[in-house]
Order: sequence, then C-alpha cells, then structure tokens
Amino acid sequence: MASSSAVTFDASAPWSLSPEVSLRDEAFGALAYHHGNRRLVFLKSRELVELVRRLGEFESADVAIGAVIAPGEHDRYVEALSLLVTSEILRGR
Amino acid sequence: MGADATLRDRFERGLAAPICLTWELTYACNLACTHCLSSSGRRDPDELTTAEAKSLIDEIAAMQIFYVNIGGGEPMIRRDFFELVEHAVGQKVGVKFSTNGTRIDAAAARRLAGIDYLDIQVSIDGADAATSDRIRGDGSYAQARRAMDNLKAADFGQFKISVVMTRESVEQLDEFEAMAKGYGAELRLTRLRPSGRGVQVWQELRPTAEQNRRLYQWLLGRPNVLTGDSFFHLSALGSPLEGLNLCGAGRVVCLIDPVGDVYACPFVIHEQFRAGNVRDAGFAQVWTNSELLRSLREPGSPGACGACGSYDACRGGCMAAKFFTGLELTDPDPECVFGHGETALAKKAPSSLPTTSPDHSRRIPVSISPR
Repeated sequence: MASSSAVTFDASAPWSLSPEVSLRDEAFGALAYHHGNRRLVFLKSRELVELVRRLGEFESADVAIGAVIAPGEHDRYVEALSLLVTSEILRGR
Repeated sequence: MGADATLRDRFERGLAAPICLTWELTYACNLACTHCLSSSGRRDPDELTTAEAKSLIDEIAAMQIFYVNIGGGEPMIRRDFFELVEHAVGQKVGVKFSTNGTRIDAAAARRLAGIDYLDIQVSIDGADAATSDRIRGDGSYAQARRAMDNLKAADFGQFKISVVMTRESVEQLDEFEAMAKGYGAELRLTRLRPSGRGVQVWQELRPTAEQNRRLYQWLLGRPNVLTGDSFFHLSALGSPLEGLNLCGAGRVVCLIDPVGDVYACPFVIHEQFRAGNVRDAGFAQVWTNSELLRSLREPGSPGACGACGSYDACRGGCMAAKFFTGLELTDPDPECVFGHGETALAKKAPSSLPTTSPDHSRRIPVSISPR
C-alpha cells in the first residue's frame, strides 16, 4: 500500500512500537498489523515479540536487545528490527 | 506478505483467530450478478439485528481480529450500515467493504472519505459496460463508475477496483490496470469460483487453461495487484504468487453470513461447511471448538496430488472449487494447471453436483435505473 519508509534503522537510537500497530499473540510468535498502511507482518519468535513490546522502555535498540535477547544473537535481532522499521511497525522516539 | 514454509505449516494448523474474516452483512442486493457466490437477492428475515451485529463487532475486537471484510449482498442496503462501520472502526477494527457502488452518491462518498481505517472495493466485471453488464446487469457498470468518480471527487484516497476473472474480463487486464491508474486506485483480481449462483455459469465463464497461464505471468510481474490469495492454484506454474499460497479455510479464513452462520470460507456457503452460529455462544467459541474447523486444521492428505511434484506449490488448490464441481477434497483442483483436474472432472457424473444451500436469489429478474 504505502511506499516503504525511507527511515533507516540506527540501533544506537531509541525506538518503539508504532501506536498505529496492534499485536496479536500466536503460537509461532505474533501478528503485527499497522492500521495506517494496512501491512500485516509476522513476528516469527516469542523472543522477537517480547523485544518489540519492550523496545520503548530502553534508551536504545542496542540496550533493549542486550536486556531481552540471549548473548550472541545481537546482529540477527538488529536485522529483524531493521525490517520492522522498513514496514513502519517500529518508529523512532 | 510473504511466508516461509515453516510459517505456512503453522498457518495450516490454524491461528488463535482468523486473519481474513469475511462478514456478509445482508443477503439483500439490488443487483443479480450471474456469478454471485452467496446467491444473494432477497434479505433473510432472520438477519442479525443492529444490537447483535454490534456485539459481534465487540467480540471481533476482543479477539484482536485486525479488520473485517464486509460484503453481502450489497452491504450498503442495510440501514444501519454506517452505524456498524463506525462502531467497528471506533474500536480499531478496520473495515474493508465490497460494494456494487450503486449507493455511493456524492454525499455517501464524502461520508465514507471521512472514516479512518476504511477500505472500499467497487466491483465491476469488465472494462466496458457491455462486458461487465452481461454479468452484473444493465446499467450496473455505469453506476459503479459513477461511484468511483464520486470517491475520487470526495478525495477518498486509494480505493480498490475489484474484478472477477472470467473468460472475457481476463482479456482486459491492461484496461483494468489503466483504469485503476486513472483513479489512483488499486486493482484487485479474484478467481471465479463455482459457488452460489456461480455454479451455473462456471463452465462457460471460467478462463481457459491458456488464459490462466497468461494471467499468472501478468500477475508475477505485478506484485502490487491484489488477489486475495485467490490464484494460489496457479503457483504450480513456477515461482509462487504473492500471498500465503495455501487454502486458508478454517485456518486463517472464515465467513459469517447475515444470519450469523459461520462457514469455513466465503466460497463454501453450504450446509456441509457450516461450523456453527454466532448466536449460540459467540464467534470465538465456533472458531476454537467447531469440529468442522478443527478437522480442517488437521494435516491434510495430498490425495491424488501426492504423486505430483508440484503439490508443495499449490497444496491441491481450492476446496470450494473442488466441492462445487463434484470432486473429492483430495482430488486435484478442477483448474489444476497440469490438467489433472479436468481428468478428475471427466470421471464424475453431472448428477453428483451438490446443490446450493441456502439460496436467496430473487425469483424475478431485476433491472436497475440510475437514482
């Protein structure tokens, strides 16, 4: 629908779930729906869902990943969050 | 919206709630399209009341179903149409509604343009009046175009133009694309299914195998054309088309009809696929516990398709298309791209076709005139 956001993801900056997004828990993780751009996105692990839900509590995405995700998986989750920024599920604070 | 194989397996086992919930608001319709998949025409006296409809919307919101696809019949015929739409979007249940456009005059277009979380698809079945009216009735094309003009003038934004692919309309793909572009609209193409009154016209109206191959190629190059995932049976031709590429019936898809009956998908309004009624204990109860829906979430047997190397691409195709052409659910899709469906169809006696139930068609033909 809407064109991709031109916003790039900086993991050292603060991010949060967009207020336009609803999350619904599912066995595989969660569905995220953006009511504005009508995008439906699949969050494919429970860990990613928790990270996304709690992102707004931390001073940066890096710190959030450090607090919520097991060590050694940092880069993988930076990439996952980056995709969620592209689809506007996350937004900068 | 793409999905990897493991996610598709999860979806086949069903979700906590549907992603794609269709709710036919009324069986009343002022048109009498020959392919109507809900055999609409006359209002059913037992349709949900405004209060019942509102409490269903509340339940949909509680189940975190993000949006509801509203259809009919012609949903705008219901006098409480705007009241229900506003009740839904007021609690962030998005509404995507499908209309023949006859009720979208300038004032209605302005009112619709003022509602957030609302998508509209206006149906036509040809890029010109002659082609479209053969399916939808005299004057219907002009009224649909007038609705589109009104939506554009009201600055509604990006509405959708929705077309069922028939042997004639599939030859007008470029014209539909140009029309959508002219309105700043999105184009949505869906499969003709032998459901409802469609069972009587399917054989003569369905695209040929060669037309389906061209349609597939055309869609592959245009990921922005919406299809409601309805051509996944064509994915066996090569790269998968956009979408989940699976039969979502009872797994991620569901239908609630105007009297509150729940069916596995919008294309199987038939007693055999009736899962329950929302009046008994609500929709969530039916979605979670219906034996029919639970059985659709069991790992399916590939049946006759097991020997075909493309089963993983098309998953055997559309359950409704098989059922209403008299095939077994383990048979190939009647429009299997390799022709296996034609072979299966040829072995069936014509008398084995299931009859449509329920049927709300009007008994006398209708003609419409501009309001």
